[in-house]
Amino acid sequence: MATPVKVNRIGLEPQTYKGSKTTLCAGCGHNAISERIIDAFYEMGVDPRQVIKLSGIGCSSKSPAYFLGGSHGFNAVHGRMPSVGTGAMLANKKLIAIGISGDGDTGAIGIGQFVHLMRRNLPIVYIIEDNGCYGLTKGQFSPTADLGSKLKTGVVNDLPPIDTCALAIELGATFVARSFSGDKKQLLSLLKAALAHRGTVMLDVISPCVTFNDHEGSTKSYAYVKDHDNPLEEVSFVPYFEDIAVDYEPGSTQEVTMHDGSKLYLKKIEEGYDATDKINALRRLQETARRGEFATGIIYIEPDRDDFLTQLNLVDEPLATLPLDRVRPGKEALDEIMEGLR
Amino acid sequence: MSPTDLAVQEKQATAHRQRVVNDFSIQVATVNGSGSQTANMVLLRSILLMGVPVSGKNMFPSNIAGLPTWYTIRASKRHYIARKKEVDFLVAMNPETAKEDVLTLEPGSAVVYDEPLKLNALRNDLVFYPVPFDKLVAPVCPDAKLRRLVKNMIYPGVLAKILGLDMKLMEQALGKQLGKKAKAVVLNAGALKAGWDYAEATFTKQDPFFIEPMNETAGKILIEGNAAAAIGCMMAGVTVVAWYPITPSSSLCESLISYMKKYRVDKTTGKATFAIVQAEDEIASLGMVIGASWAGARSMTATAGPGISLMTEFTGLAYYAEAPAVIFNVQRVGPSTGLPTRTAQGDLLMTAFLSHGDTKHIMLIPSSVEEAYTMAMQAFDLAEHFQTPVFVMMDLDLGMNNWMSDAFTYPTGPINRGKLLTEAKLKELGSWGRYTDVDGDGIPYRTIPGDHMPAYFARGSGHNAKGQYSERPDDYVENMDRLNRKFETARTHVPRPVVQTNPKAKIGFIAFGTSHFATEESRDQLREETKVETSYYRLRAYPFTDDLVKFVDAHEHVYVIEQNRDAQMRQLMKLELSPERQTKLRSVLHYNGLPIDARSITDDVLAQEGFEVAKKTSRVQGAGMTGGE
Ligand SMILES: Cc1ncc(C[n+]2csc(CCOP(=O)(O)OP(=O)(O)O)c2C)c(N)n1
Ligand code: SF4
Repeated sequence: MATPVKVNRIGLEPQTYKGSKTTLCAGCGHNAISERIIDAFYEMGVDPRQVIKLSGIGCSSKSPAYFLGGSHGFNAVHGRMPSVGTGAMLANKKLIAIGISGDGDTGAIGIGQFVHLMRRNLPIVYIIEDNGCYGLTKGQFSPTADLGSKLKTGVVNDLPPIDTCALAIELGATFVARSFSGDKKQLLSLLKAALAHRGTVMLDVISPCVTFNDHEGSTKSYAYVKDHDNPLEEVSFVPYFEDIAVDYEPGSTQEVTMHDGSKLYLKKIEEGYDATDKINALRRLQETARRGEFATGIIYIEPDRDDFLTQLNLVDEPLATLPLDRVRPGKEALDEIMEGLR
Repeated sequence: MSPTDLAVQEKQATAHRQRVVNDFSIQVATVNGSGSQTANMVLLRSILLMGVPVSGKNMFPSNIAGLPTWYTIRASKRHYIARKKEVDFLVAMNPETAKEDVLTLEPGSAVVYDEPLKLNALRNDLVFYPVPFDKLVAPVCPDAKLRRLVKNMIYPGVLAKILGLDMKLMEQALGKQLGKKAKAVVLNAGALKAGWDYAEATFTKQDPFFIEPMNETAGKILIEGNAAAAIGCMMAGVTVVAWYPITPSSSLCESLISYMKKYRVDKTTGKATFAIVQAEDEIASLGMVIGASWAGARSMTATAGPGISLMTEFTGLAYYAEAPAVIFNVQRVGPSTGLPTRTAQGDLLMTAFLSHGDTKHIMLIPSSVEEAYTMAMQAFDLAEHFQTPVFVMMDLDLGMNNWMSDAFTYPTGPINRGKLLTEAKLKELGSWGRYTDVDGDGIPYRTIPGDHMPAYFARGSGHNAKGQYSERPDDYVENMDRLNRKFETARTHVPRPVVQTNPKAKIGFIAFGTSHFATEESRDQLREETKVETSYYRLRAYPFTDDLVKFVDAHEHVYVIEQNRDAQMRQLMKLELSPERQTKLRSVLHYNGLPIDARSITDDVLAQEGFEVAKKTSRVQGAGMTGGE
């Protein structure tokens, strides 16, 4: 008898969640993130046919081609993925959206659309693959480059960085986290929790560019991040599936219930960190930044605010496929309008 | 009335030979923000209710309050609804412009004016009717705060008496305009009557202008082009709308919002069958439209020149990744901020080829409010059929002015959602490639997220027929050639021109959009005044259809009439015509921000044909005015 193939709860094999072969540099942090995305979607048993993958332009934005090959994808224009994603979700609220951006794609050309995406709390998992530089155009500084970080050419950045997490919290994102492409365990739990969240998830993943920004003097190199990573809490995520009972020992943890009933456990390493407190979250970001460290983990979470689609009070079915008789008012409507114009 | 007025008017009375009935224009000069719009609409609608064909045009500043505004009403028994170049009857309410307004009138015109302005001293070849508006408004409007607004309802009453409008119909029009606001109706009706009573007691009719009942407007409606387009969008089943406010397109989305709230909310659940989002800018608006259409929704946006400029990059993406989009361009005067509240047809070249690389786009060009309605529906069918952006090229004149029209007819038949891959089709084809031309018309089959058909990765970077990333020269050429084939197919699907060929005509006219009405009137002027016959080709879309060549061949000279400086449509035509045909093309260009008028066309054509034309200086309104956005 053949060995039974490994499948997830919806009966799909891990293979189904893979994409085409990556064309990014070997060792690029973005590739590691793609692998975690594949794992998370597989483990959560998400139907790839309901997933849309969105991106802007950049090395990072190419990566949706390298995971979930059976899902629809849209590689939009530089910095404008948020609007395309918003339109798609308006068209079909049953879709599950994942957007991949870069720190240039988000922080420079796309900062305007990023701001408004966060404000709207659109249901989307928005990932910044953050390498502090422009990979695809060969290594120029991006707006997340740290003060004093150095290009290979020796040029020093003397502008302060944009902290995309602080900005996202300020603007209204309801799930804000930071991680590191090399931290398999944390990134996977964050991604799984992200998939259970209804609203905008803003996940900034530090993802070293091995070609242009992984040298000494770069604050987004593997070596630097490994030494300066300051995990806020250990994240455990227990998905809620209809027939699986949640069985978990909380211990010294903070429990957060996600919209679908699944549980997120934040094991506090220090006393008093409350990820549901906005002011606390912003203070933490400032404090770690002052020490030259990155706070990683879930920085802020607000599990039950209405998302954008709920606010619009849309019908239950996707707008895209409503039949004509539901989207074209009857003749009496036109007659009534005409009468009012006589 | 002062004795001097009487003297002037006696002179006038002898000068005037005959009555001018249902064929003149009234211009009301006020200050914007003073509430004259209701008064003007009451005037307009009561003429309509008298059965007389009528049109109204607003010439307003880019400002919220305090700058000059002119509203022109034209009554025309011959159904001419273009702007009439000459003003026959002036209502001068604005001290700022009154002097210039009076000085530019043709001899024999009439003026109702605010008495303290003493305009009668300016000329002795006009008929003057001074009205003490402030004195009249006090008794009918005890609340001093409201007087400034209510005062404006006096001049319609005065005009009603002088021109012979039916007071009952005026009250009916007032009721229609103010709806359920009972207190406002009472106040304004009082002002109307005060105007009428004053005119009856004070004036003897000296001017030749009369409105007399006709039976030409039964069942007609009055509507702005933007509202007409909005109704078309709703009937087309639009589900996702993203927009950013900009004059003159805002009222398209705003009327759409109010219609959708009324007619597109599910009766049982109270939930919306549409999403309308005010985006952060026009880039995001078009991004949302593209995302929505890629995911299968009928989606649209509306904007004007500055917004179109911002949409450039996304338009290229929609063209190349082949996402439908309906984009209304309600054109205003450019370049840059230009004259935001004035009309033009100046975005043709930019829109036809919007974005970098080889791109070209379908444009529909409605002339009338009825076409704004029908072409809105066609635009969605074409966008989905061709999986590409479709631009509906309106202009401020059409979009923001009130036009008389027959009532719109309810659409019959299904909508065209284009080539969506089905299970059956997939079986028949065996395999599917997103950009594979299976039918030879350049149009591939598409799938949408969530339909559980094969997925693909949409992108603006190079791709092959299967939708895979490719930089191969042959893949690129094959794809670009197919896109060209698709555009060629569109020639046979876009609205055809309306052609009136006159076998006796050596001259052909080509016009489009709102130039249509002035063009028709100019043809009559040429025939009646100079015995010059013309043929007429009313263009309704780009790409051009095959009969353009035939029309050019049939005439010695072909005048392309357009409202821009650079003869943009003529340039587009030249790209497709042989050198011999190109030399036949001439231009009539009008680009001062005012809607084009028949007299300007007639004079221009006659001059180019070698006739002697008396050169009249054209009246330029609002010269030197500053504008906002
Ligand atoms: C309008 C526009 N301007 C510039 C570019 C060139 N460009 C491509 S990718 C890129 C920067 C990408 O940087 P980032 O988003 O950080 O992604 P990374 O490549 O580092 O992953 C730029 C400037 C473009 N594609 N479009
Ligand atoms: S250039 Fe940098 S960001 Fe781009 S693929 Fe290579 S390592 Fe990754």
